[in-house]
Amino acid sequence: MTIVSSTQDPEALTFVVVAEFTAPPSRVWQVWADPRQLERWWGPPTWPATFEQHDVVEGGGSRYFMTGPEGEKARGWWRFLNLEEPRLIEFEDGFSDESGAPNAEMPTIVGRVELEETASGTRMTVTSKFATVEQMQQLVQMGMVEGMTQAMEQIDGLLAAA
Amino acid sequence: MVVRQPSRDDEVDAVFAALADRTRRDIVARVLKQEASVSVLADSYAMSFAAVQRHVAVLERAGLVHKQRSGRERLVRGDVDTIRAAARLLDQYEEIWRGRLDRLDDLLAEPTEGPGQ
Repeated sequence: MTIVSSTQDPEALTFVVVAEFTAPPSRVWQVWADPRQLERWWGPPTWPATFEQHDVVEGGGSRYFMTGPEGEKARGWWRFLNLEEPRLIEFEDGFSDESGAPNAEMPTIVGRVELEETASGTRMTVTSKFATVEQMQQLVQMGMVEGMTQAMEQIDGLLAAA
Repeated sequence: MVVRQPSRDDEVDAVFAALADRTRRDIVARVLKQEASVSVLADSYAMSFAAVQRHVAVLERAGLVHKQRSGRERLVRGDVDTIRAAARLLDQYEEIWRGRLDRLDDLLAEPTEGPGQ
């Protein structure tokens, strides 16, 4: 796997990552569409993801939670906006409350996954569009525990500079 | 100076909100290169001195610029550290994706026959 590029746009709150795999698009599609495969890479080892529901059909959705080192659970949901097997998945990703119901107070992220066939396999482009900085912070906290100490130091640095 | 303890979210929101405006981004880019008074800045934009002054005040509250006295003038300067800190949250998100892609790569390297693991 090669990461071709990753592009951050702090002003537009957008992040784009492009990677290439030797597997064909039909195989890369499965790692998104099969919840058991998705669980193996979506969350970091310290915060593994469990998809309780994953209906990969237009208008369908997912319910998932991530389990932290102390057994704490962070819940979320997906809703599929656009699906074109095996080349496009567009979904809304949001937070849920403890019962698994979508938390309407938290804004959502729109993720767009494009799978393009290349001579050697697949080029995958993932675009994440955030609504607010607060939401981006929460996602970072849910998704990357290892980076938290560092993140806090950086935010402390920001406060010290202000 | 007024002592206040805003939340971290408020601080970061202020930075991004300040940078969400084209004129303000332009002001930041300019004063990072070269400090300038509000009057000099106001000459460059098709808006009133008061409007430019308001933009500078928003940037100042977000910690992106500060004013420094120089003789009779007060010069606006960009604060590089704060601007770098604003980009760091996206760095964190990028790290999440790098981790995901590594795990994805391991998964794709496995034999594919059979549905179960």
